[in-house]
Amino acid sequence: MGRLEMRGASLELLSRGSGRPVLFLHAEEAFEQNLPFLERLAKKYRVIVPRHPGFGGSALPPEFRTVADLALLYLDLLDELELKDPILVGSSFGGWIATEMCVYSPERIARLVLVGSLGVKLGGREDRDFADIYFMPHEELRRRLYADPERWSPDFSKLSEADLQIAGRDRQSMAYFGWRPYMHNPLLRKWMHRVRMPTLLVWGEQDGFVSPAYAKSLAAALPQAELCTIAKAGHFPQIEQLEETVGVVESFIRS
Amino acid sequence: MKVWHFSEMAYHPGWDQLGHSLRNSIPSRVADPKIVADLLNRYLDEWALCDELGINIMVNEHHASATCLDAVCTVPLAILARETKKVRLLCLGMPIANRYDAVRVAEEYSMIDVISRGRVEMGFVKGSPLEIAPANSSPVDLMERFWEAHDLILKAMTTQDGPFNWEGKFFHYRQVNVWPRPYQAPHPPVWITCGSQGTATVVAEKGYVIGVLNTGYTRTPGIFNAYRKRAAELGRAAAPDRFAYMALIGVGATKEEGYRRAHQIADYSRTTPRANGWDFDPPGYNPLPLSTKIMASAAAKGPGVSVFPVERRDGTRVDVTKATVDEFIDAGLVFAGTPDMVYDQMKEFYDHVGGFGHLLMMGQGGYISHAETVANLKLFSKEVLPRLSDLG
Repeated sequence: MGRLEMRGASLELLSRGSGRPVLFLHAEEAFEQNLPFLERLAKKYRVIVPRHPGFGGSALPPEFRTVADLALLYLDLLDELELKDPILVGSSFGGWIATEMCVYSPERIARLVLVGSLGVKLGGREDRDFADIYFMPHEELRRRLYADPERWSPDFSKLSEADLQIAGRDRQSMAYFGWRPYMHNPLLRKWMHRVRMPTLLVWGEQDGFVSPAYAKSLAAALPQAELCTIAKAGHFPQIEQLEETVGVVESFIRS
Repeated sequence: MKVWHFSEMAYHPGWDQLGHSLRNSIPSRVADPKIVADLLNRYLDEWALCDELGINIMVNEHHASATCLDAVCTVPLAILARETKKVRLLCLGMPIANRYDAVRVAEEYSMIDVISRGRVEMGFVKGSPLEIAPANSSPVDLMERFWEAHDLILKAMTTQDGPFNWEGKFFHYRQVNVWPRPYQAPHPPVWITCGSQGTATVVAEKGYVIGVLNTGYTRTPGIFNAYRKRAAELGRAAAPDRFAYMALIGVGATKEEGYRRAHQIADYSRTTPRANGWDFDPPGYNPLPLSTKIMASAAAKGPGVSVFPVERRDGTRVDVTKATVDEFIDAGLVFAGTPDMVYDQMKEFYDHVGGFGHLLMMGQGGYISHAETVANLKLFSKEVLPRLSDLG
């Protein structure tokens, strides 16, 4: 993994393959479990994966406060790496960052793939669009995130001490950006029309963090989005159903 | 030595029905408003009695809890500002990182200080992890927000020249102008609670009173010494009146009577773990090494990791849910028995931690009745309090 110094942020950066650029924005947990998905994409595309400030080995500059900071950082990253017509793929928290990037600079993004993404609140004030992941039993959270948690969920009791510290810090950093308003930016909903590039929503049928019903509403709120639900997958279909997810993403990029 | 009577104003009538959790997720229909009215008025009566007994008053607050009906610390403080005439009024305290309106905190404390004619002692606390859910306060930058709130509140209370501007990281006002200003000049004394040596060092730099709760025999000396060390580095004396220690106290005409009272009050400690596990570790609240231990333990379906460990003198862990009075005495959380026994236990603890000037006396807790609480307070006032002038 390489490192890139940008705007006061020291970023870990994974870069694989060649071809059309794909910027993958990772979720709040289970980074390592995404590697098979990323290796598959790298067979056809140039895949670029920054670890978000505050996650993995990337530093969090104290002046970074909101997801807008991350979205603007990655728009600068597109310029810095001279990525032309990039495809943005964002999972969960990464989908939130990707959505903000598209709202701010729709002309810079060719296509958008959102996998179980956060960031846009569509329901009313008494509706909970995103499950309250910090206030529930551990086992319930694992069941909400994974269709088969025994097989796919990170087991914090078996991680090395170093990896456990990273998982703990990732958890804190997600809360730092997503505590209040909870997992969304209230501004985004009214600017959904700016997310005008072809968009694919990929959703696990058993996603218990952000429901497939929400995904339908999000697809309806976006100018040209199609929704693809994946059976036997929770919040991270790219982990639990690798082949099918790679298939739908590649087919969308080609179309 | 100043003594302060403290009660959490528990709703113990609901404890059996509520089961494993007494906090946050519990439905309020469990608490009968008529019984709550009786209890709140009773607890206020016990505090009011302290004015005659020469015992000062300490209140606190928690939220969505059957262990503490005091959801707004300045409400009993304001009532007692009128009902009492002599004793001092400590709030330990106000969870200022969970308050969205810091100027309102300055206004509440100032008004009560004026009404009481300068008897307020102003506590600022981080608050327990269980306070995060009710406040929806971001736990990751809690202490950064705490110190900004602290700076703003003190500036608001001490500025006498009209409005000032405050555009910080967390608080934004353009016309801060607190009326009335506090009775005490420049402001009421500040207290801050500490659970770690790191915080004690920071509080020492400010010269405030540090209050420690539930740190017991093994952890208190390190915290007090960290304060003393930093004060000495800055060339200041850390007098005993900079240190406050909370203990649960049951005093009786006989050992049995004192122990019986302490046993009932100790349900305050025995109920501390009764909450949903996730409420003890909102992300960023605990230091990372503790938080990751909790994550690993939850994943292994382990017994859980105590965020509030209580230890015997030999360093072994006490199971607070079942601990006896003797075990709590060994841990330094309880002083109990006859007046002589209570004094001797206190004196030993006092010497062990290098002295302290404030005893935060939990004289009421759990199921102990009004009559027993009054007897406890009266006997303490008559037989123990006069002897404490020997101690700093």
